[in-house]
Amino acid sequence: MASLSLNGRAALLSVVLLLVGLLIWEAAIPAQKAVGELTEYERLTGGGAPKAGVPAPSQVFAKAWEELSNPFYDAGPNDKGIGIQIGYSIYRVLSGYFLAAIVAIPLGFLIGMSQVAFKALNPFIQVLRPISPLAWMPLALFIIQDSEASAIFVIFICSIWPMLINTAFGVAGVRGDWVNVARTHELGHLRTALTVILPAAAPTIVTGMRISIGIAWLVIVAAEMLVGGTGIGYYVWNEWNNLDLTSVVFSILMIGIVGMLLDAAFGTLQRAVAYVE
Amino acid sequence: MTVKSLGNPFSAKTDLRHGADCSCHSCSGNGADADTSADISTSDEMLERAVESAIVRSVFGQSDIGRRSFMGMMGGSTIAAALASVFPMDQAKAAILDNLGPPEKTDLNIGFVPITCATPIIMAQPLGFYEKYGLNAQVIKTAGWAVARDKSLSGEYDASHMLTPMPLAMTLGAGSVAEPYIMPAVENINGQAIVLGNQHMDKRDPTQWKGFTFGVPFEYSMHNFLLRYYVAEFGLDPDVDIQIRVVPPPEMVANLRAGNLDGYLSPDPFNQRAVYEGIGFIHILTKEIWEGHPCCAFAAPLSFATELPNTYGALLKSIIDATQYASNPDNRKEISAAIAPTNYLNQPVTVIEQVLTGTYADGLGEVKQVPDRIDFDPFPWHSMGVWILTQMKRWGYIENHIDYKAVAEQVYLAADCRKVMTELGYDAPDVSYKSHMIMGKSFDPETPEAYVDSFAIKKG
Repeated sequence: MASLSLNGRAALLSVVLLLVGLLIWEAAIPAQKAVGELTEYERLTGGGAPKAGVPAPSQVFAKAWEELSNPFYDAGPNDKGIGIQIGYSIYRVLSGYFLAAIVAIPLGFLIGMSQVAFKALNPFIQVLRPISPLAWMPLALFIIQDSEASAIFVIFICSIWPMLINTAFGVAGVRGDWVNVARTHELGHLRTALTVILPAAAPTIVTGMRISIGIAWLVIVAAEMLVGGTGIGYYVWNEWNNLDLTSVVFSILMIGIVGMLLDAAFGTLQRAVAYVE
Repeated sequence: MTVKSLGNPFSAKTDLRHGADCSCHSCSGNGADADTSADISTSDEMLERAVESAIVRSVFGQSDIGRRSFMGMMGGSTIAAALASVFPMDQAKAAILDNLGPPEKTDLNIGFVPITCATPIIMAQPLGFYEKYGLNAQVIKTAGWAVARDKSLSGEYDASHMLTPMPLAMTLGAGSVAEPYIMPAVENINGQAIVLGNQHMDKRDPTQWKGFTFGVPFEYSMHNFLLRYYVAEFGLDPDVDIQIRVVPPPEMVANLRAGNLDGYLSPDPFNQRAVYEGIGFIHILTKEIWEGHPCCAFAAPLSFATELPNTYGALLKSIIDATQYASNPDNRKEISAAIAPTNYLNQPVTVIEQVLTGTYADGLGEVKQVPDRIDFDPFPWHSMGVWILTQMKRWGYIENHIDYKAVAEQVYLAADCRKVMTELGYDAPDVSYKSHMIMGKSFDPETPEAYVDSFAIKKG
C-alpha cells in the first residue's frame, strides 16, 4: 500500500466502493422467476413479462450498451437516440447560459463599480433571485409563444443571478490600491475595467459561471419534462410514461455524467484564470 | 367495412333508397347483394361510388324502381360504359375528390397526449391517413393538456388532441384566455375506467369511499365530470367527502402504488397498466356510467379553419377517415401494434391490445369481454356539449349565465363533421341534439338549466 500515491489509493478505494455498491444492488433485486405455461389471465396481466420495478445494475448496463451503441438514431419526432436528446438539452442550456452571461457580466461590473447602481438594483435582484426557474415557465410559454425559446428563457433567467452577484462581488472586492495605481497611470475607465479589474475579478466571476452552469443543467431536465418534445428531460418523462425504470436509471446516470463534464469544463477555466498574489 | 348506404348504382339488385339503418329484405344481406358493397374497402372507392350513385340517380330522377328495372334489362356494365361515353364520369369523380383544392399548407404539427383516446390522431400517421389526403403531418407527443393548450394557443401546433370540455372552456375563457376554438370531431367514446388500489378490493360500494383521494388527468375533462357525477349519485359530495386531484396520467400508476391515491378515473392505457403491474383493479368502466359518452376530441383554433380552409378540410377528412377505421373491431389489433412503439404511446402491446379489443383482465381474476370498452365515433353531438356545460355550471367552473346551446353550436362543428362523413360515404346523424341516459337519469338538452337545478349535490 505504501508504494501507492494518495491519488492511486483514493482511486482504488473508489473502485472498491463502486463494486461493493453494485454487488449489493444486484443482490437486492429479486431475479425474474422463470414461468411455465400461462393462463390467459396471467398472460394479460403480464405474467412472465418484467414488471415495472427498480432494475438490477446488470440490466442498466445492458440498456446503456444498447442506447450508447446507437446514440444518434432518429425515428420520428418522438423517438430519438440518447445522443440527439442530450445534444438538444446542451444546446438549450448553452444558448440560455451565454445570453445570461452577456447580460449578467457587464451588469455585474456596473453594480460592482457603482455603489448607487448596487443600491438601486439590489431590491430587484433580491426579489427575482429566489423565484424557481420553473415558476417562470407558464408565463414564458404564454408570452414568448414558443416552447423552444421558453426553455432557453428559463435557463437564461436562472443562470443570470449567480453570475450577476458574483461579478458584482468580485468587482467590488478588487483591491483599491490596484485601481489607484491604474488611475495614477491615467488609464481610462474602459481600460481600467478590462486590464485591471477584469483579471483581478476573474476567479470570482468564473466561480459564478460555474455555479450557474450547474443550476442550468438542473433546470433544463425539469423544464423538458414539463414541456416535452426533445431533450434528456423529455426522454426521462417518456420512459416514465412507460414505467420503464431501467431507462430512467440509465438516463439519470447520463444526466449526472453530462453535468459532471460541464462542471469540469468550468473547473478547468477556473484554474486557468486563478492567480496567486 | 360495410357501407350499406352505398350500393352499386349499376346493379339491379341494390336499392339506393335504403340507408344503413334499413332492415328491409333487400338490405338485410340475404346473399343477393354480393356485388353491392363488399368490394368497397377504401374511402376513395367509397367516394367514387357515392359520385356514381349521385349521377345515376340524377339520370333516373327519383325513380329507383325505374333504374333497377332498366339496369336489370340492359346489364349494369353496359349502362356504365354508355353513361361514361356521354358523361365525363372520371372528371366528375376527380372534381369531387379534389373539391377542396390543394391544401395551402402541407407540413402540419399535431399535438397528442400519449393515451389510447388519441388513437385516430396517432394511427393516422403510421397507417398513412394524413398522407392519403395530401398532408405531411407530424404527431408530436405532449406532456399534458395544459401544455397542449398553450402550444395550440401559441400556434406551435396547428391542431391538437384535446379533451371534449377543453375547447368549450377555452372559448369561454375558463382556465385560460378566451380564444375561439372549434371541435369538428370527437375522437373516442367510452374508454375510461375507475381504478382502485388493490387494498380497496372489499370497498366496491362507493358510499364507503368517504375520505378517498382520487386522481383525474385534467380539471376540464370528462374524467373529472364523470367521477363527480358518479360519486354524487351515491350521495357523496365530490368537493367535501372525497378529494379530487389533478394528476398527469403517467404519474397515476406510481401514485396508486405509493398509496398517494386511493383510485383514479383516468384514460387508458393507465387503467389497464395498473392491472398489468398488479397494483389496482378496474372498479367499473365509464361506459357503465354513460354508454357512449364522448371523451377526447380533435380541436383547433378557429383561425386555423378560416385561414387555411383546404388544409383544415383535408385534415378533418384524414381524422374522420381514421376514426371510422378505428371503429371497426377487425382493425383493432393492427392499430394496437401500430401505436404501441416508443414514437407513439410507448407501452407494451399487450396492454394496448386489451384496451382496444376489450378482452381484458380486470385485476380481480377475471377475463372480461367488452368489445366496446373503447369505441371511436367522430360526430360531435351538440347535446353532449350542452351536457358538459351543465356539469361545468353544476360544479362552479362557470358562474355567469350562459346560452348553453349557442356555445355548444359555436364550438362543436357538427355540420362540418356531417359534411365530411357524408362525403366519405359514412352515415351521419341528421340532427345534432338527442337526449342521453346517464346512470338511469335522462338528460334533455332542451332544458339544461332545469337539469342543473335537479341535482341535490352541487356547488353553491
